[in-house]
This record gives sequence, C-alpha cells and structure tokens, in this order.
Amino acid sequence: MLYVKDLSCGYKDKPIVEKVSFNGKPGDIICLLGPNGSGKSTLIKTLVGLLEPMEGSVYIGDENIKTWTWNRRAKTISYIPQTFSSTFQYTGLDIVLMGRTSYLGFGSSPTEEDERIALEAMEMLKILNLKDKIYSKMSGGERQLVKIAQAIAQQSKIIIMDEPTNNLDFGNQITTLNYLNKCADRGMMVIMATHFPEQALSFGTKALLVKNGGVEVVEEPEKNLKDVDLKKLYDVDVEIVELRRKDKIVKMCLPVY
Amino acid sequence: MIKTKKKHYVYIFTIILILVFFISFGIGRYPVNVVQLLKVLLSKFFPIDKDWPDTINTIVFQVRLPRIIGAMLVGTSLSLSGAVYQGMFKNPLVSPDILGVSSGAAFGAALAIYLSFNTVGIQITSFIFGLIAVGLVYLISTKIKEDPIISLVITGVLVGSIFTALTSLIKYLADTDDKLPTITFWLMGSLASISPRDIKAIVLPILLGIIPLFILRWRLNVLSLEEGEAKTLGLNTARLRIIVIMCSTLMTAASVSVSGMIGWIGLVIPHLSRMIVGPDYRILLPTTLLLGSTYLLLIDNIARGLTTVEIPLGILTSLVGAPFFIILLLTNKRS
Repeated sequence: MLYVKDLSCGYKDKPIVEKVSFNGKPGDIICLLGPNGSGKSTLIKTLVGLLEPMEGSVYIGDENIKTWTWNRRAKTISYIPQTFSSTFQYTGLDIVLMGRTSYLGFGSSPTEEDERIALEAMEMLKILNLKDKIYSKMSGGERQLVKIAQAIAQQSKIIIMDEPTNNLDFGNQITTLNYLNKCADRGMMVIMATHFPEQALSFGTKALLVKNGGVEVVEEPEKNLKDVDLKKLYDVDVEIVELRRKDKIVKMCLPVY
Repeated sequence: MIKTKKKHYVYIFTIILILVFFISFGIGRYPVNVVQLLKVLLSKFFPIDKDWPDTINTIVFQVRLPRIIGAMLVGTSLSLSGAVYQGMFKNPLVSPDILGVSSGAAFGAALAIYLSFNTVGIQITSFIFGLIAVGLVYLISTKIKEDPIISLVITGVLVGSIFTALTSLIKYLADTDDKLPTITFWLMGSLASISPRDIKAIVLPILLGIIPLFILRWRLNVLSLEEGEAKTLGLNTARLRIIVIMCSTLMTAASVSVSGMIGWIGLVIPHLSRMIVGPDYRILLPTTLLLGSTYLLLIDNIARGLTTVEIPLGILTSLVGAPFFIILLLTNKRS
C-alpha cells in the first residue's frame, strides 16, 4: 500500500537522509531506530508531507502523494508529533473531534455522527474519562492517548508517530504500545520512531535503521535484527538475550557494561 | 450535542445586550423616557399618533441610535478580531492591531486631516491605509522563509512602527492651533460625532468580516493548534489564514475609520469570553460578539453620561480595560 522510493530528505539544500526505499502494508508496524540527530524526525516529517522530498517519492497505491491536498492526505495518514499541546483549554473530546476535520465541508461543524465516532475512538482506548478534562492540563501519557484517539477518529489507514513512548512512564509506555498493536490488528499501518530496540524486537514487522544519512531495512526484526546491527547503529556494546516465558520467547536488549 | 450546556450563556448575553441597548437611549443631556422611546421606535414600523416633540425624533434617530449602533459595531469588530487573531497566533495576548491595521488607519486619518480632507475623506483614507498596512505585512511575510506565524508577527511590528513614525511626523509638521489638536483628538478615539451616514458606510465591511468567520468557526479551532498538527489534520492553513486576516482587517479598519483608536477591548473581551464558555469557537464567537458589543456600549454610556464634558472613549477603554484585565488574570482559576 505504501511505497517509498529513493526518498531523500532534509532542510533547504542539505540532505539528511538519502535514498530511502521501503514498502509497507496494512497491519505493519514499522520501527525507525537510530541515534539522536540521525534524521528519524526529518524522514517522518517528509513522509507526512510537512517537508518536501528533495528527491524520490512516496506512493500510496499507485499515486504519488506529492500533489495531494492536506485534506486528502489527512484521510490517509495521521501524524502524532514528538511534542504537542494547545495554548487554549480544549477538552479531550474537542481534540479528538478535530480528527474529523478532513471529513467536514468547508463551512461545516462536526455532526452528531462525528461526535459518535470520536467517542467510540475514546472508548476503544478506554479514555472516556478524559472527555471533559482539559487537554493542556493532562499528563503526557493522557495527552498521548488522546492524540491516538484523534488519529483513530481520523480513520486514516496509516498512523505515523515520532517517539510515541517518549516522556511516558513505564505503564503508559506499555499501554500505548498495546493500543498501537491493536490499531495494527485492525488493519492500520503504524510507522514509529523509537529509542527502544526492544519495541522493534517484540512488535515490529519491519525495522528501519537510520544512520550516517542512510537507511537499512530489516525485515521481520524479531528474527533478523542482531546484536551486531545495534552495535553498529548506536556504537555501544549490546547483547540480545532470549527469555523463555511460558511457551513464548521474548527478546530483550541488554547493554554490556 | 456537547455544547448545549453552554448555549444558555448565549441567551443570557443576548437578553443583557437588549436591555443595555434600550437603557442606552435614556442616557444623555436631553431626557427621553421609556414610553416615549418605545413609541418613537415603534412609529417607524406601526402607525402611531405622534404625541411627542420633534426634538425627541431627532435625538433618538439622528444622535442616539447611530451612536448606540456604532458602539455595538465597533465593539463587536474589535472583539471578534482579537478572538480570531489570538487563536491564529496561538497566543491569548494578541490584539487586533498585531498586523498594523490600526497604525495604518491612524496614519491615514492623520494624513487626511493634514491635507484638510472632509469627514468622509478622512474615513476613507483611514480605512484604505488600514488595508494597505496589513496588505504590506502579508506580502512581505510570505517572502520570509521562516515559520509563517513568526514572519507575520515580526513584519506586523515593523510595518506598524513605520506607520506610527509617519503619524508622528505628520503631527510634527501639522499646524499646532488647528490640525494638531484635531489629529490628537481623533487618535484618542470617540463615537461622539458618529452619524447615520457613518453607520451605513461601515455596516457592509463589518458584515463581510463577521459572516465568513462565523461560517468557518469550527476550523478556527484547528487553526489554533500547532501548524504541523493543523495541516496533518487536513486543514489548508495558508488559505484559512488569508481569510481570517482579510475578515479581521476589514472589520478593524472600518471600525477605526469612524471611531479612532479604541484599545484593550480586543484583548479583554475574548479573554473574558474564553473564561466563561471555553475556547471552542463554535460558542466563543457568538459570546465574544455579544459581550464585545455590550461592553463598548456600556463604556460609551459612561463616556457620554458621567461628566458634562465627554471623555474620549479610547481613554476610558484603557482606564477600564487594563484594570479589568488585571482582575481577570488574578481571578482566573482555570489557568
């Protein structure tokens, strides 16, 4: 469904990542791994259209999305940036309802149907209690969940997130990942930048290793992502260990001190 | 629907506005009582035997009605401009003048007075220079390769200060016995000399500003989010910004052209409205409109009723508005 071909991105005339190619299909969870400043955010901003590609293209189906309007993009791709808040005191429901913007006519407001979709999205994430809470006063984790609900209400097929578990406590990290997993089970494609290789090992269907201006694609990271890849990526000594838990094998990533 | 709880505020504020509207006719040196007022007003629509002096007709229709409508229109325009700009600039401390519209309009008026134009000439020149100032700001800002919001703010400050300097230059050159006082009083802001003709002149541009904003009120919410978020939610931010700037500029330039500089209202009223009904523009816009027109009507009543010599409205709005704003900030429990 998503085809990225020879994509180069960066600011002004300075390319940051070059010649990126990968594909994605419904149900995929694609993890972007890489050190700070390697260009994960730049790549993400180019995929969602906030930066223009310097070269190459992004196809959805057989269409180059370069010429798509924001409205059309929003129906296909939702985006959750690294940081977000609002200057004004909107409620949780207000924010989720804004996910319906691309479906509304130029001069119309959300209908009861839109409100129902928004409430359903909040119910799915079990955050109906945040409906009337002021968004700008929520904790980082609550805001993150509200943004995911907004993306679900947006009914896009692809959800792109920049470090979704950053700033979240241990419990909220797991909750967020479980919900993202649920989104993928429902046929959405999730693309996320992350600092935790274990997320790629346990959830990812694909890992993109971003370093030195290039991207290396690792299919099925659970099988194919090795210690040596991570060592190269982060320049530190790490070891991937396997833990047997009931009948499942869980992979963990341990630093070697 | 979600906002039904808050809708009752709109009804309450509408009733208050209607009450203040009628009370305002009774304020002034010539007494007009309620029965006379109702008869005079209704006589426009129904055949009522005339048992009142002609003076009352003149006072009601030529003096007080235009002034009341003028205060409501100007109050509405400045408050709505402030409300939509605060969202667009994602900053609750922004006022309608951020893109230099009042500075431009003030320069236009000063120039017209300096060149001895008549009242109509002053108003038209003022209105046009208000539009020119914002047009310049917009054109220059689109050439700056920075975040569009920051570019607009910076260019607004720069162009505004150029027009303010030009206004000072004209004041410096103006004849100190005749023109300088006229310019100075004009800049202080007043509705004392507003005529039925002035009202007719400003109604159209003000409505042209208000109507699109009401149609787009939901999208203004999305515009108040961070630029990237608004775009990826499907909003054509660049197009909506142009519309908001055009609407706001039309309203403010038209207001300033008949009333001069009236400060603070565009800051205080949206803030107060947001404290009462929250930030959702679907309910914030009607609330701001009602409170803005009621507020300026009340202040104008004070201006013409408090003392025998009228206090310029612009001075009063600052004297009342600034302390009022401080009280709002101190008592705001929500932030």
